[in-house]
Amino acid sequence: MIGVEGLSVAIHGARVLTDVSFAVERGQIAGLVGESGSGKSMTALAMMGLLPHGARASGAVRLDGTDLLQLSEAQMCDVRGRQIGMIFQEPMTALNPVQNIGDQVAETLVIHGVASRAEALREAGKRLNRVGLPAARFPLTRYPHELSGGQRQRVCIAMAIALRPQLLIADEPTTALDVTTQARILDLLKGLVEEERMGLLFITHDLAVVAGLADRLAVMRRGEIVEQGAAAEVLAQRRHPYTRALFEAATHRPDPVPAAAEAPLLRVARVERSYPQARHSLFRRPPPFRAVKGVSFDINRGESVGLVGESGCGKSTLTRAILGLDPLQGGEIRLDGQAVTAGERMPAPLRRKMNIVFQDPYGSFNPRHRVGRLIAEPFHLTGRPDDAETRVAEALSSVGLAPGDAVKFIHEFSGGQRQRIAIARALITRPELIVLDEAVSALDVQVRAQILDLLADLRRRFGLSYLFVSHDLHVVRAITDRVLVMRAGEIVEAGPTERVLHAPNHDYTKALLAAAPELEVPR
Amino acid sequence: MTGRVQLYAGGMLSAVFLVAAAVSLVWVPHDVAALNIAERLRPPGGDYVLGTDQFGRDLLSMLMVGARSSIAVALVAVGIGMGLGVPLGLIAAANRGSLIDEIIMRGNDLIFAFPALVIAILITAVFGPSAVNAILAIGIFNIPVFARVTRGGALSLWTLDYILAARVAGKGPARISVEHILPNIANLLIVQGTIQFSLGILAEAGLSYVGLGAQPPTPSWGRMLAEAQTMIYTTPRLAILPGLAIVLMVLGLNLMGDGLRDALDPRLRRAAR
Repeated sequence: MIGVEGLSVAIHGARVLTDVSFAVERGQIAGLVGESGSGKSMTALAMMGLLPHGARASGAVRLDGTDLLQLSEAQMCDVRGRQIGMIFQEPMTALNPVQNIGDQVAETLVIHGVASRAEALREAGKRLNRVGLPAARFPLTRYPHELSGGQRQRVCIAMAIALRPQLLIADEPTTALDVTTQARILDLLKGLVEEERMGLLFITHDLAVVAGLADRLAVMRRGEIVEQGAAAEVLAQRRHPYTRALFEAATHRPDPVPAAAEAPLLRVARVERSYPQARHSLFRRPPPFRAVKGVSFDINRGESVGLVGESGCGKSTLTRAILGLDPLQGGEIRLDGQAVTAGERMPAPLRRKMNIVFQDPYGSFNPRHRVGRLIAEPFHLTGRPDDAETRVAEALSSVGLAPGDAVKFIHEFSGGQRQRIAIARALITRPELIVLDEAVSALDVQVRAQILDLLADLRRRFGLSYLFVSHDLHVVRAITDRVLVMRAGEIVEAGPTERVLHAPNHDYTKALLAAAPELEVPR
Repeated sequence: MTGRVQLYAGGMLSAVFLVAAAVSLVWVPHDVAALNIAERLRPPGGDYVLGTDQFGRDLLSMLMVGARSSIAVALVAVGIGMGLGVPLGLIAAANRGSLIDEIIMRGNDLIFAFPALVIAILITAVFGPSAVNAILAIGIFNIPVFARVTRGGALSLWTLDYILAARVAGKGPARISVEHILPNIANLLIVQGTIQFSLGILAEAGLSYVGLGAQPPTPSWGRMLAEAQTMIYTTPRLAILPGLAIVLMVLGLNLMGDGLRDALDPRLRRAAR
């Protein structure tokens, strides 16, 4: 139905796509897999005629015989939405925050002149119902901020399929979502493809996501398709070395680190965290929202513990309390026997013993400072030692970067390299506990595998303890000894990682495990 | 007009007046305080490049000295606004949601609630007309502008991970504000500074037009306009030249402000490419 034939794109003379060819048939799901920067999104934009300024495309994109590359902008406007729909990675910014969801879904219908406003709204209601937002619970007058990430992604899907397009392009549609939400969105997309007989081009960096979904699979690298064919065949045979590398990265597990002695480093006892809620009445104060409800656990010296749960379960709140950033409403946290208190009252020698690595490698650094200064920031706690520069160089080499990188600015580094710099910053004061807050969630599978190896290696060398916070049980499996499963502010299950993964006791753990996409590892 | 052209055009226009004001500190073609009735209302040309006024004073010299007082008043007024407004905004943002934040921002609203020029007239009327009082009056109304811009910019930065990392490194709010927040909102402040600067020049011209700015014999653009008012039909040049000076200076600064915003904002810079 739609065929991309010899598509090449150059931006200001620089080649980004070279001779890309593939086809998507009606009722079929085609996966397009590759690391970031491989040209997956550029392919989708070229198909939609949405290339950035200065880009030149050659080749052809044939939709039922018409070459989309030859159409004028006005003609393309008619194709977009009517014949090709698209959904994006970030549901938080893909919707207009000041328009209600009914109007946004109806807009597509009104713009293409197929319905009056009243009819369009009726149709919008039907579409929203189809994507799992029934009008009884989600009236058309809801605004995006009243919905969760997964629900917003459903609205985006409803918008994209409002006109029953022949082709739906989904660009990393579940990467920003929890595993359980991801599983439901994938089910929805699969159902829609069968029901509407449309084609779906599913773009992702994660082989595991498309493995159970796609009929056909194309693997992309540096603007070229290196391998394509029936999904099962590509996954089973893995002819191209790059496909093999991707596959191994997705299932990668670093060498195990020898178990630690039973000496508690961090004790979290009956910790309570609550927030005041917004007032609805002038005279009545609503009860505070309890984000963390009496949580207790220990982390031993040299131990790596996973904390797993969906977004909103209170794991970030708990992390902030452990780091002494927010005050507790009950219970206590002891690090190395000393009580952790919030704010500047916390003694610097205690604060020195822990540090954090964040999820977003782009927001973690002040863009105006050089890497040397960024990494040296925690020296604020210890006073700047005389050999500060040597220590910075050491930290850079221990995360696999060159000491000379200290004079560069952060924008000169890729996402994976930035995450290494974040780890170097966390290591600089020689802490005992490092909190890894979704530290590998934003990374490509191959980069993720490298960072996991690095973390295991650092733990072996420095005897570090990790608190590894994640929404994905399978990432945690690779690197933790013990895992805590958190739900709605409570820890519902705790135990050795292998035991929890293979014989989960709690229903919620079972649900999490079932939702996580997994590649079958042939042994 | 692209940002770059705006920046250069505005910068050049502003530079002309800055240079004229700077030169007037050491040299002017003719003494602006000396009256010379014999040379009154000379047309442009010869010894007097732009001619003379009804008292025989050289118009070019008066414009040069006038530029100096306009720029001085606006510069000090912006300095007052930045010097007090930026720290207040940083404090409010560091204590967001607290009583301190409320007090600072409601104080701002209070100042905003008064029409700036009317209060400036009130201040100069009470304390006597002088350039210093004009500076103070304009400066006070710059404080809330800078406080708001600073707080708005700082608030969005406070949610970022690198601020959290600095807190984990044990840094207090004052240190974080100076080290991490201020450099990252500097571009906002520079742009706002140029805009406030041009507004300051307009305000100074307005105040001296009604006789509440720099006092005679110090020339100022606003009073030159006022004095030329009666002769607008016979010698329009006397009103047109200072008026043109005000317009061009304000236009230059606004163009420069827009250009700077485009040049300093990485998002706009990327879009332009």
